Amino acid sequence: MALPQDRLENALDDKKPTFSESEARAEAERCLYCADAPCIKACPTEIDIPTFIKKIASGNVRGSAKTIFDQNLLGYSCSRVCPVEELCVGDCVYTGWGRDPIPIGRLQRYATEKATKPEEKALFTPKARKDKKVALIGAGPASLACAGYLALEGVEAIIFEKRAVAGGLNTTGIAPYKLHAQDALHEVEWVQSFGVKIETGVEVGKDHLTGQKLLDAYDAVFIGVGLGEDTKLGVPGEDGPGVVGATAWIEEMKLHKKQGEKLGHVVVVGGGNTAIDVARECALLGAASVTMVYRRSAKEMSGYAHEMEGARVEGVQLVESAQPVGFVRSAQGELTAIRVARTEGGKNIPGTEYEIPCDLAAVAIGQSKLRALASEFPGVEVDARGCLKADPATGRTGNAKVFTGGDCVNGGKEVVNAVADGRNAARTLLAAWGF
Amino acid sequence: MADLSIDFCGIKSPNPFWLASAPPTNTGEQIMRAFDAGWGGAVWKTLGDPIVNVTSRFGAVDLGTYKMMGLNNIELITDRPLEVNLREIREVKRRYPKHVIIASLMTETKEDWRVLIQKCEDAGADGLELNFGCPHGMCERGMGSSVGQEPKLLAEITAWTKEFAKTPVLVKLTPNTGDIVEAGLAAVAGGGDGISLINTVKSIVGVDLDRMVPLPRVGNASTNGGYCGPAVKPIALHLLAALAREEGIKIPISGIGGISNWRDAAEFIALGSTSVQVCTAVMHYGYRIVEDMIEGLSNFLDEKGMKSVNELRGKAVGNYQEWGDLDLGYKLIAKIDAEKCIGCQLCVTACHDGAHQCIFTGNEEKTRPPHAHAHGKATPPTPFPIGKIAGPRVPWVDEPECVGCNLCQLVCPVSGCITMQEVPGGAADTWNARVREGRNKVPGGIHD
Repeated sequence: MALPQDRLENALDDKKPTFSESEARAEAERCLYCADAPCIKACPTEIDIPTFIKKIASGNVRGSAKTIFDQNLLGYSCSRVCPVEELCVGDCVYTGWGRDPIPIGRLQRYATEKATKPEEKALFTPKARKDKKVALIGAGPASLACAGYLALEGVEAIIFEKRAVAGGLNTTGIAPYKLHAQDALHEVEWVQSFGVKIETGVEVGKDHLTGQKLLDAYDAVFIGVGLGEDTKLGVPGEDGPGVVGATAWIEEMKLHKKQGEKLGHVVVVGGGNTAIDVARECALLGAASVTMVYRRSAKEMSGYAHEMEGARVEGVQLVESAQPVGFVRSAQGELTAIRVARTEGGKNIPGTEYEIPCDLAAVAIGQSKLRALASEFPGVEVDARGCLKADPATGRTGNAKVFTGGDCVNGGKEVVNAVADGRNAARTLLAAWGF
Repeated sequence: MADLSIDFCGIKSPNPFWLASAPPTNTGEQIMRAFDAGWGGAVWKTLGDPIVNVTSRFGAVDLGTYKMMGLNNIELITDRPLEVNLREIREVKRRYPKHVIIASLMTETKEDWRVLIQKCEDAGADGLELNFGCPHGMCERGMGSSVGQEPKLLAEITAWTKEFAKTPVLVKLTPNTGDIVEAGLAAVAGGGDGISLINTVKSIVGVDLDRMVPLPRVGNASTNGGYCGPAVKPIALHLLAALAREEGIKIPISGIGGISNWRDAAEFIALGSTSVQVCTAVMHYGYRIVEDMIEGLSNFLDEKGMKSVNELRGKAVGNYQEWGDLDLGYKLIAKIDAEKCIGCQLCVTACHDGAHQCIFTGNEEKTRPPHAHAHGKATPPTPFPIGKIAGPRVPWVDEPECVGCNLCQLVCPVSGCITMQEVPGGAADTWNARVREGRNKVPGGIHD
């Protein structure tokens, strides 16, 4: 699917552009090639990082990409969206030593991007088609990884996606300076080149496609639906123009909004990584001001410290220990301010309310769980948080034919965690079928 | 500040740093800039009948991100008219009378040598260097290394030059020979006043795998070249030391081969060089490197309490011995500093795959390999080392099995983390002593 070039997200450049060959080789040469390497252990997909890096150093980029994809089929998008500071790079021995660590993400991008260019010879040849077929629900990273690995082994894999675009959060939700939607879609097309089919605009449970129909027609079903709508604050004045859900706004910005739109004063509610993303995006897009409102202290934020540091550098203000209690609108219904109360231990302190003027308020306090889908499949259970229950090593649910993984199981982690889940489910199925 | 001046068989030089005969000494304009930078002398790019060169001419071996660890060239001697070179020699000596100009020479007949030597000396050269080393191009025409590889020819041509020369004659030797001492003794026999070594090592520097042509490429073909640069330093040091400890060779030696800094130079001088010659490092970084060479060597001499570079000369020669005279009773074992360890565990892999299987990780007893010399299990140290940086990833040495080979220390990226520590060994003993005393039978031999 071709996206228009003048989308708002394209106003933001890559913060970490692809390495040139000489840059990649220079960084690859620095890698110590640790034995029993800590970076591998820090990667949820356990990519053999020193091996792929040394292959870059030797000029074997194709082999390098293969080492990556053997463990992580979405190694390209992960190279761009992974919080490497918290994962592989954070555990690089150079980090502990106080030296600049190896830029593992950027090296991974170099190898995967170069080896999957359209002009390059195909990296993988899918095996002959076997008599097994799997339906996957949701075209995000978990399903794409699962479907891709299955298709390479000759299993028919078809993904049903309720949105008009595939790719899940990689397409709709990643900060543009990390990954633009068109690059996410290129990766989807690459997975499709293994024979994976994607039907967009189809929602399981609606659109006459029930869980039972899938169970009848397929040998297995993988649920990789991620999370639902943005959670609302539930305070007066929230419904109406100017107050948006964070992920909904990001999706609009990435896929639909046109460049040239001016951002005024923005308030972002929340302290997680989505909140920081929205704040940084607005700041970089030229908002008059960006203020984050978080109900606890900065130390307690669930967003990564390195991301918040970046946000501060870009001009984002943080109001700690403040909780929205309402939105203030003009007589015409336009948003003029957010009303907040000071908090202590996350609880409002009466009589401390004040207003922060704003033209846009993005609410980033979480997303709903798609519980309803579970009821389509007998035996599939939901935990107290509303997440699907699954065995983390295999993706198995209470229904022998149904597997699941990604955000709908873990409640919202990284793309790389979703890929690991999808891959593990594919490996479980392939092993069970003796492929 | 220590005195760096030297006297090389009568040729006085303000310091031991000379440029080797090569592209950096192609013209007078270059050499004057080099002298301004601080070089004490220069051996002029080899003179003779001008030649015609090919394109391209150089190839290199890079090591990781370090460029030109080794350099290979197929350029020949000077391609400029002799008269032009002589005019420039005259000009340089007029402007820089205290700096050394050695004319490197290569020609064929005795009469050619006579004329060439006379012209160079008339131009003011302080000395002559006979190029018997070039291993590419000129050797196919019966010159260069084809002379250096034939001791009789080498001695004979040296003797010719000595008939004509009024200035000292240095004989430049090729490393492309089975026995450097034989070549060195031939230079002495011919009456040479000094020796320069090494010239470049005969080599093919690489292959263009797309065109299937060796490198450096000249159209669709290549030829062998001469290898130089840091990669050849160990070869040069050995050949230098072999001559320096030879009783029959008393003439001074000008050391060449991969010298890039003052430390390299100090090592050459310690193994017997009077002057050192530099080429590749200058081709890489320019004449300016000499400033650090002068300063560094001077500081080093001061630090060691030596008043002159002449005190350093040959200091390490006596400690270059035959393997059979090394002490078999001397013992070292590896010690890992848990505080400095970063947990890369390269030492573990290197020891297990490339050495003697005596470095382990983890706080539990380890089964030694079946071929181990020590008995029982290897036990981790108590308390178990927990590193400041590496935490529980700090490896430990199974000391009874450690043979003190150095490999772990060599692969460790952290300086000072792994040290080799002297431990009480056996009584002093050598292989040669065992042979002399009939104690050289080791059980498990071919006839056991």
